[in-house]
Amino acid sequence: MRLYEGTAGARILAFGGYQPARVVTNDDLAALVDTSDEWIRSRVGIASRRLAGPDETVADMAVAAGGKALAGSGLSPADIDLVIVATCTAEVSIPNTAAVVALRLGISSPGAFDLNAACAGFCYALAAASDAVRAGSARNVLVIGAEKLSQWVDWTDRSTCIIFADGAGAAVVGPVGGEDGSRDAVPGIGPVVWGSAGHMADKISIKDRNSFIFQEGQAVFRWATTALHPIAIQACTEAGVDPSELAVFVPHQANLRIIEAIARKLGTPQAKLATDIVTAGNTSSASIPLALSRMIEQGELSSGDKALLIGFGAGICYAAQVIAIP
Amino acid sequence: MAMTQQEILAGLSEIIDEIAGVPADQVTPEKTFVDDLDIDSLSMVEIAVAAQDKFGVEIPDDQLKDLKTVQDVIDFVGRASVSA
Repeated sequence: MRLYEGTAGARILAFGGYQPARVVTNDDLAALVDTSDEWIRSRVGIASRRLAGPDETVADMAVAAGGKALAGSGLSPADIDLVIVATCTAEVSIPNTAAVVALRLGISSPGAFDLNAACAGFCYALAAASDAVRAGSARNVLVIGAEKLSQWVDWTDRSTCIIFADGAGAAVVGPVGGEDGSRDAVPGIGPVVWGSAGHMADKISIKDRNSFIFQEGQAVFRWATTALHPIAIQACTEAGVDPSELAVFVPHQANLRIIEAIARKLGTPQAKLATDIVTAGNTSSASIPLALSRMIEQGELSSGDKALLIGFGAGICYAAQVIAIP
Repeated sequence: MAMTQQEILAGLSEIIDEIAGVPADQVTPEKTFVDDLDIDSLSMVEIAVAAQDKFGVEIPDDQLKDLKTVQDVIDFVGRASVSA
């Protein structure tokens, strides 16, 4: 038996993000449930969020974000041979989302699969893409995190409906070193540090197909603010990047209080902190690429900047890696 | 080793100042966290985690909700550190 020759490593060529048009403010929610703008801002740090239209699907948003990333990468659809969609909120589980998204983007017969690691989904998918490129099982990979959490939220539950939102973010992953695939090229996606804590599965869950998202806020908050910074630091160690070299820290946009607590414990004052949650809400697997695409669009990051990503959520699953900004 | 109530109060005051920005001289035993010190449930979790680091006493979420005043926490930590 032989193996593919493989490459020296993978890098991100471009990001793309998509947010649905409808802006929902805290005051809008205060008309639905007993809450207030002040309460929501102080507890979760969200000022407004975007929700998909009634007919707008996870695949629609994935296509929009994926198309932008593809356009930004300079590649053509024919160059992509693997599509991974990280989602936990697809309308149906059969068929998967990835194959349909690939077809709609004009990508002809790529490998296509969905991946569910909830809010950690993008980091898991990025690791899978990077490893596929490195092993040679794919040349260029389109990675998309897309979620329509609004269809799994109880709009009478004030503890969850203020948090979750809709959106999609994408990245195109390709080999380092260009066409020659030179072995001395520097990888743009570091080793993943990932894991899970199945004993906490009931802390964030949807009980059955007639139920909505339930979250035990305090337990999740305690876990996130104590367990994650060592994982984030380990991702830096594995990549050989000192935390002081980081230009930006992009944790999953779960809750501003969690984000700020992890950042404080990480101790990287020089690094910008992604706080996209303020206007995007918690978009699960979409939150990290959405935040990055916005920061790049607004000129806050430069090519080659080191970014530390950490996704975490239901499962409980988590994953972290260092990347270079394209 | 058992800590005195004064030692626990001093340590707790430092934690509350760091996490919630409440000056140490305002943290007195009879104060309630929510109404007097304006500390919400998520900050209480952060305080519990910091208290665990400082005092070596775990305050689980289901017990945390019963700790309404500064004195409640002092008593909890005091009891747990004696039995530990």
